[in-house]
Amino acid sequence: MFKFLKLGKIFEISSKLTKYIFVLFVLVLTIGLTEALILSPEDYKQSHSVRIMYVHVPAAWMALGTFSAIAFLSISTFIFKNKNFFLISKSLAPSGFIFSIIALVTGSIWGKPTWGTWWAWDARITSMLILALFYLMFLLSWKVIENNDKAIKISSLIAILGAINIPIIKFSVNWWNTLHQGPSVKILNDTTIHSSMLIPLFIMTAAFALFSLLIFLMKFNTEMIRIKNKGLDRL
Amino acid sequence: MINEIISMSGYGIYVWSAFFFTLTSLISLYLLTKLQLLKEQRKYIIKFGSLSEEKIALAKDQKINKEILLRTIITKI
Repeated sequence: MFKFLKLGKIFEISSKLTKYIFVLFVLVLTIGLTEALILSPEDYKQSHSVRIMYVHVPAAWMALGTFSAIAFLSISTFIFKNKNFFLISKSLAPSGFIFSIIALVTGSIWGKPTWGTWWAWDARITSMLILALFYLMFLLSWKVIENNDKAIKISSLIAILGAINIPIIKFSVNWWNTLHQGPSVKILNDTTIHSSMLIPLFIMTAAFALFSLLIFLMKFNTEMIRIKNKGLDRL
Repeated sequence: MINEIISMSGYGIYVWSAFFFTLTSLISLYLLTKLQLLKEQRKYIIKFGSLSEEKIALAKDQKINKEILLRTIITKI
């Protein structure tokens, strides 16, 4: 088990996996785009503008899920003092940040034909903007702080503080009267979206998840080589 | 048929711009990450090449160093 977790083995596996995940991502994305843009039906109320949902919703899910993972890893960094956790969270952040930006921008584009405005300071949109700012602070902390130990502590604190925002985003549509509709895809109750729309939504979510994994692996390898570069200096 | 896909009953400009922004963002992040990886690999090769034979033998004792060298060579091919 511990032998499996050695950096050399992890590097070997992640380098090999990258190629396969890239091919799988392109394949799933092509199917997802065909479903989302051509095959799925238009909405009886929103007409074709509903197609924006197929990029907006998966992007928001990925941004939320990734930040939750980063926060969990940051707490684990403090508890277990394991430096591999911060390496994982650092590698997860770029894709999470990009997905939070995609969710905000595509949401804004969707807002114009649906609500008649590009932006509103509604609870869901504002809390999503705060999430993007937390991602930015997390990423910048690594650029700005030169001392590695200090950077780990500060970025972990940012992630833990930002985690407070996660339930606010999730339940904002229930707690406040917002422009956003209530949740349509539910884990515990019946989903209110028809399968002809739900399937493309899940395919696009799978494509985005594969993209996240691809970026994570590439970034993780980059970080490992960076560490080994420093190691060569010390030889 | 093609006109309908493009115009989407007047919503085309919104739908296509949302998808265009998404794909552009994904491609940009992929290229940026790939560039960073290649840059680190290049730096590693230069550093490794400047090591003495004794230090090279020492570095090769670690499996991760062997893997990085191998993967860098494969990438170059």
